[in-house]
Amino acid sequence: MKRLLIILFLLSVNSYAVDTRQLSDPKQQESYEILTKELRCLVCQNQTIADSNAELAADLRRQVYEMLEQGKSREEIVQFMTDRYGDFVLYKPAFAGKTTLLWIAPVIFLLMGLITVFFFIRRKNASANSKAQAGSLQIDQDKQKKIRNLLEKGDAS
Amino acid sequence: MLKYIIPLVLFIIMAVFLALGLNLKPSEIPSPFINKPAPEFSALNLNAPKEKLTPTDLKGQVWLFNVWASWCVSCRAEHPILNQLAQQNTVVIIGLNYKDKPVDAKNWLNTLGNPYNISIMDQDGRIGIDYGVYGVPETFVIDKKGLIRYKHTGPVSAEDVQQIFLPLIAKLQAES
Repeated sequence: MKRLLIILFLLSVNSYAVDTRQLSDPKQQESYEILTKELRCLVCQNQTIADSNAELAADLRRQVYEMLEQGKSREEIVQFMTDRYGDFVLYKPAFAGKTTLLWIAPVIFLLMGLITVFFFIRRKNASANSKAQAGSLQIDQDKQKKIRNLLEKGDAS
Repeated sequence: MLKYIIPLVLFIIMAVFLALGLNLKPSEIPSPFINKPAPEFSALNLNAPKEKLTPTDLKGQVWLFNVWASWCVSCRAEHPILNQLAQQNTVVIIGLNYKDKPVDAKNWLNTLGNPYNISIMDQDGRIGIDYGVYGVPETFVIDKKGLIRYKHTGPVSAEDVQQIFLPLIAKLQAES
């Protein structure tokens, strides 16, 4: 029973290919696979057209397949899709114009975080140092005498 | 003083982003077609299967291009509003019957009314791809020169007609 479950589980992992198309040229086949994984299904939005079984995804796969068969290059197909659906159709949008902020935002946030951490630690260290100094000074001057007296004279009672 | 200003500024920045996020509609993808010529097609008329329609036939008039299908639930919600708009006779309405069976489509129009001057058929969804259609219903407004001036994704509501479509149509019709 356990073994059967494991086999079923393993089988289910590879079930993403919704329909398979075979191009005669292995290079084109590779392009087909890469392209369908780079293009977003606009109905489901968080799936590529290779993963999605929405009707639109099937139509877009057919479109990619036909254009490859006509000998269109990958760039031409990507251009075709962005002309119609905008940059959003690409999982990896081009680094230009409107998408610049999208690309550099993670770096900006990381830098902001690092700067905050740097100042936070510096301030914390500074205040910890001054507190420690203040503490030892007090013990030095006032209390240390009392401690010594107590030690020398012993307990008065 | 700075101790109070920094959290306040951070709070305001966050509030602005969250407010923007609340009003964003991630399902609405900006159309790259605005102010571009309506893509060409030559498609068969649903009610007269021997006649073909191309965007060139519609040059010189403002027209709506409404993508619909009998299987589309939101289209049913939108349909009475299109019927009302059609009764006003202010604009030519062309339907794109998207990935539908002609029989089902004709039945739909017979029972619910036909707001379209002409409906054309796109059974395999190719015209849909050329117009970047990803969620039916969608409505394009096309001006006299054949440029797409506005795209509405999802069902058109009565408010949309009053606030967006009618003013835009009036403006486009005033253009030469």
